[in-house]
Amino acid sequence: MADTSTFSPSRRFVIAAIGIGAAGFAVGCDSRTATAAATGPTTLTSLGDYVRVGADNTITVYIRHIEFGQGVSTGLTTIVAEEIDADWSQMRFEHSPADNAKYGNPAFGGMMGTGGSTAIFSSWEQLRAAGASAREMLRQAAAKKFGVDASEVLLVKGKATAGDKSATYGELAADAGAITPPDPKTLTYKDASAYEFIGKERDPATGYGRLDSADKVHAKAQYALDYNPEGTLVALLQRSPKAGGKVASFDDTATKAIKGVTDVVQISNGVAVIASDFWAAKKGRDALKITWDDSAAETRSSDAIFADYRAQLAKAGHEARKEGQGAAALRGAGEVVTADFDFPFLAHAPMEPLNCVVEYKPGESATIHSGSQMPTGDQMAAAAVLGLQPAQVNIVTMLAGGSFGRRATPDADLVSEAAQIAKAVNGKAPVRLMWTREDDIRSGKYRPMAVHRMTARLNGGKLEAWGDRTAIQSIMEGTPFLPPGTVDTSSIEGGFDIAYAIPNIAVDVHLVKQPTSVLWWRSVGHTHTAYAKEHFFDVVAKKLGKDPVAYRRELLASHPRLLGVLNLAAEKAGWDTPLPAGKFRGVAVHHSFSSYVAEVAEVSVAADGTFHVDRVVCAVDCGIVINPDIVRSQMEGGIGYGLSSILGEAVTLKDGAPVQSNFFDYNVLRMNQMPKVEVYIVPSTEPPSGVGEPGVPPIGPAVANALLAATGKTYAKLPLGTKA
Amino acid sequence: MKLTINGKDHEYAGEEDRPLLWYLREDLKMTGTKFGCGVAACGACTVLVDGQPTRACITPAATLEGKAITTIEGLDTPAGQAVQKAWTELDVVQCGWCQSGQMLAATALLTATPKPSEQQITDGMNSNICRCATYHRIRGAVARASEIMG
Ligand code: FES
Ligand code: FES
Repeated sequence: MADTSTFSPSRRFVIAAIGIGAAGFAVGCDSRTATAAATGPTTLTSLGDYVRVGADNTITVYIRHIEFGQGVSTGLTTIVAEEIDADWSQMRFEHSPADNAKYGNPAFGGMMGTGGSTAIFSSWEQLRAAGASAREMLRQAAAKKFGVDASEVLLVKGKATAGDKSATYGELAADAGAITPPDPKTLTYKDASAYEFIGKERDPATGYGRLDSADKVHAKAQYALDYNPEGTLVALLQRSPKAGGKVASFDDTATKAIKGVTDVVQISNGVAVIASDFWAAKKGRDALKITWDDSAAETRSSDAIFADYRAQLAKAGHEARKEGQGAAALRGAGEVVTADFDFPFLAHAPMEPLNCVVEYKPGESATIHSGSQMPTGDQMAAAAVLGLQPAQVNIVTMLAGGSFGRRATPDADLVSEAAQIAKAVNGKAPVRLMWTREDDIRSGKYRPMAVHRMTARLNGGKLEAWGDRTAIQSIMEGTPFLPPGTVDTSSIEGGFDIAYAIPNIAVDVHLVKQPTSVLWWRSVGHTHTAYAKEHFFDVVAKKLGKDPVAYRRELLASHPRLLGVLNLAAEKAGWDTPLPAGKFRGVAVHHSFSSYVAEVAEVSVAADGTFHVDRVVCAVDCGIVINPDIVRSQMEGGIGYGLSSILGEAVTLKDGAPVQSNFFDYNVLRMNQMPKVEVYIVPSTEPPSGVGEPGVPPIGPAVANALLAATGKTYAKLPLGTKA
Repeated sequence: MKLTINGKDHEYAGEEDRPLLWYLREDLKMTGTKFGCGVAACGACTVLVDGQPTRACITPAATLEGKAITTIEGLDTPAGQAVQKAWTELDVVQCGWCQSGQMLAATALLTATPKPSEQQITDGMNSNICRCATYHRIRGAVARASEIMG
């Protein structure tokens, strides 16, 4: 395979095992006062960088990944709870401060960041060690207090006992903080058979479940948009309607006449209207008159862009995979089948539009409240804009109302714009930069458009050769995640590493440059490669008269984990049982983010040609499962998110400007389109791997394959719409 | 003018056209009601006005004098309490941003239809978008809340 030699996959960089010592495990024994609203002020003692035990008997785990719905706050806390022998009711979480040295993500080359479904994967060893180390410090403190040998101290459910003496962790915390942490090499871990939390089901009776549920249900959860210090000004930025456009001139007379508007300032990529509140800012922005310089802007429409992509596909691109004779084998005896698969731009449309609050003291400091997915990148970007040292910029990571990749911006767009605005008004008040939904849908950072030209040569009842040539814009080019001079074949991850045993394979890519900005979108390259690969596979299977499941089994014989999920999903879906008239099944199986997922979609097609996805059976192998219910919820959500894009989502350009603007024309999934979902987990002792993204890729092709079974057609243009 | 929010009176002296959403969030610091689209297309800002689900993002505060406004912070009817309990039991939330709106929509649905069919649940909840696609659990939680209500 060409992968390791040609690119360095940003979102999961070097997946080296994370040594216990490598993670900055030095212990600070400082006691400090937490002001977390959830707990009220109490003395917290740090037992290592990740664990703080409160005098009130709470245990707070610092999570270096942002919680935006994927359940990472619960997952990471569970690992600590297990090793420290806690009672679940003691457990709390808090986002860690921006600090690469302590909280960098080894999967991001040591930068802080959430993405690539790496959180559990990259934290497992580290947090097990954090929990075990803190446990030993508590044990030592208890031994001293009780006057017994450490070996006599029993630690169970947040309590230390020895004979008739006992103390809670809260009572021991201050003393434990003064103990020298044990040598990481001496730490021992619980046997999996003794686990109290890991792998266990949610249980309303004991309260074991998501740590963020109660606060979110009772409106106590704090997101960036909820941070609202007195006197906060609201800024809305008018960006160019066309990517690459620049402000030529503007007239703000009408804007300034609006009550509540305080300032109008031009920054690098637009004009910001600043006002006492959102409504005034919005009215002010609506009244702005801007003349744009479109000399470097995108001016094409989507059809023209697709045509330009297609023109490239006539010639070979950068080779990403060659097996056997490669492309040469696509010509020759037998039948050649080919289809172009067209994928539109997609917006992430997280439910909470982007926003952050900058509190800037010129020459001194800045505090930024943001739902930050790359906090140290944001810190550096803000520091550069404000003329401060990174250490003078305090990034407070808030809960985020979804991201799906949108908040992981290598150029720190949100924070850079906000910092420019705060600087322009000289920090006279806290400034919130808000994106409206229209800003969100229209301002780029899309899942890239792509055309996959799929080709297969069939001969003598066999698939002889497979070709997958793509034209697409690179996400990583020009970011720190791609070493200069490297070809970004990660754009077609999941396509070049096709697992099917086919004698000749040729996968290549053309990397297109254009003004519209693109960004990783939940499951990234797999959003299109899995669709092209898995749907075209069924097109081929049909030509060969093979059953889609049986043929996959045949060509995946040497891939036990792919086979495992395929077989489980097929069995649970009753693949071999007949369906009532008007109902059809489709299957897809895909490997992404170190996990394996198969999905079987059951689709009904009505007499008028409209179709509905009724049921999806999903099987997932993600290694050791920390929390099966969160795995299920991520599969359910991933299926819904993927289905949403396949059915109705597209950002199309007309003369360079996005046509869609809000949820009435950017069509996202609603409840009436949501299938019944069943999730089955393959038991595994492999290290934990991703669940945030891997549920997404198989759903599109599974649905397309069901439609193929219904109509015999190839579904090569996305979104599918409502008719089969 | 007086606005009655969760049973408490507030003096509103703001702009005529300013939506209730921003009065709640910015002036009263009641941030449980969320912003998702601003054009009545997503339901994140759902509040109850005299028991009816209403989009706070397009409803001027100044039009609500004399009406009973209920937000997530004041969801204390039997249906509302059952909804919150069911939501927690089933761990419905993911990012959570849409969920205040979902729970208010569910409360209105269950108040009018205490034993909804599957189709009635879908119809009652269909104008509320959840980008995390927690729909599967929302369905279950509405049914569970109906059970809790007895
Ligand atoms: S914010 Fe009001 S409906 Fe979307
Ligand atoms: S839980 Fe995230 S939008 Fe519904």
